[in-house]
Amino acid sequence: MATHIQDANQTDAVLRTEGLNVYYGKFLALRDIWLNIPKNKVTAFIGPSGCGKSTLLRCYNRLNDLIESFRAEGKVFYYDENLYAPNVDPVEVRRRIGMVFQRPNPFPKSIYENVAFGPRLNGYKGNMDELVERSLKQAALWDEAKDKLRQSGLSLSGGQQQRLCIARAIATQPDVILMDEPCSALDPISTLRVEDLLHELKEQYTILIVTHNMQQASRVSDMTAFFNVQTSEKGDRSGYLVEYDRTERIFQDPQQEATKEYVSGKFG
Amino acid sequence: MTNAFPDQPSTGLVRGSLNRSATSPRTVFSRVMTILAFVCGILALLPLLAVLSYVILQGFSSLSLSLFTELPPPPLVPGGGFANAIVGTLIMVGLGAVISIPVGVLAAIYLTEFSSGSLSRGIRFATNVLSGVPSIIAGVFAYGIVVATTHTYSAVAGGASLSILMLPIIVRTTDESLQLVSQDLRQASVGLGATNFQTVSQVVLPAAIPAIVTGTTLAIARASGETAPLLFTALFSQNWTNTLFAPTASLAVLVYNFATSPFKNQQSLAWAASLILVLLVLLTSVIARWATSRKAY
Repeated sequence: MATHIQDANQTDAVLRTEGLNVYYGKFLALRDIWLNIPKNKVTAFIGPSGCGKSTLLRCYNRLNDLIESFRAEGKVFYYDENLYAPNVDPVEVRRRIGMVFQRPNPFPKSIYENVAFGPRLNGYKGNMDELVERSLKQAALWDEAKDKLRQSGLSLSGGQQQRLCIARAIATQPDVILMDEPCSALDPISTLRVEDLLHELKEQYTILIVTHNMQQASRVSDMTAFFNVQTSEKGDRSGYLVEYDRTERIFQDPQQEATKEYVSGKFG
Repeated sequence: MTNAFPDQPSTGLVRGSLNRSATSPRTVFSRVMTILAFVCGILALLPLLAVLSYVILQGFSSLSLSLFTELPPPPLVPGGGFANAIVGTLIMVGLGAVISIPVGVLAAIYLTEFSSGSLSRGIRFATNVLSGVPSIIAGVFAYGIVVATTHTYSAVAGGASLSILMLPIIVRTTDESLQLVSQDLRQASVGLGATNFQTVSQVVLPAAIPAIVTGTTLAIARASGETAPLLFTALFSQNWTNTLFAPTASLAVLVYNFATSPFKNQQSLAWAASLILVLLVLLTSVIARWATSRKAY
């Protein structure tokens, strides 16, 4: 493990990977990841396509379990519990660590039901109307949606749908929110609204965001991890962590040549 | 030919007029093929129209209210109806549905949601084979399993044989409709901490319900017209049946019995029963269409 990554890893971590290797079948997709995610900060994962940043994101809520050939070696800690220990229930993990996907994917239900879906799964006993309102307000969607809570979530625009998905993730009151390129399907104005939202949300939540957009990473994140792909002699491409540091250092004073080239737009 | 665009320099290519000539080989060929395709389309429709109009012509004259209230008459007795056959058909199709719908839908859920690889391929192949099994084989099977063990022809045996015919249709349509449900929705649900059961019951099934309803109604329509498997499982009865374990009348078998009888009254009852049967099938098909055209949300 390189020293600069060690420095950045000194903080109190909510999520921590120790020597994580990810395989799809025999193919090594991610190699030897050591990464500490600090609490109540936005951490961005950047890197060229195929470098495994989405794969790593999905390791944190065990969503990769849905892929049959997936196999993880090493450890992923959530506080001091190893998420891949045999006695860990992935359903419980996902209730603590929420997720927002690349394409907005509201359920074909009403706006209200979309937000209430997660809390209902958890057997939420409190005032559901209040929780829905609070979640929609936190996702900055309340003003636009308050008069049509009974309408289908699919009747909203793309940007609104994505904020609905954020509200839906918030409603389960998670600790951590994982975002997998949440703005890649949105127009610039909707993107800015979601980015503003991230600044407010990080007061309460730890946020991880995968993005292809470097300006976005520099705008929204406190920490940035840069991943790259290495092609082996046999032609297998596996991703690895190149550099992890405070965002301004990654963008202004990167320590690695590959990072410098990537953030200055020379490749990727 | 004159140059249609005099401003353009001649390129050496002969350019035809932009106007279509009614006698050019291309136009004539196109006309002939269009007419041919149209005639074939009509020919394909002809059997349905012929059967429908013949059944309506023959059956309509013997339609009366007593058909729905009275029992089949003995030979040479005028009047009568086939109330017991209508009820018998409904009971047996209902039994078939009660057996095959839960099994079929759950099997399809297993196929799409929880299995993979060679096992699901095997089950899908077996379902396809089952849908190709002649209906009389399903009847023989139900005879061997139910009739031979209960020592009586019965509605239960008839329902069991129909359920064998309905099962593959339900599995296939449900399987296909579940596969159409977007993977994004499943991930959204799982990502919120839903268990497999919650994901299937609250997200996947509701999205697929219209297609599942269509598949089931088609299966019901198919089963209600089946005769062969009922011939030696439910047999027939001239009377009301009070128990599920006694020979039971059905419309299809009534048509089979009476259409070949030498007595005029029974023959006209057979036509009326055919008409009712066709209308029943038509009605379920219309319901199926209506269910698909409606989106779940």
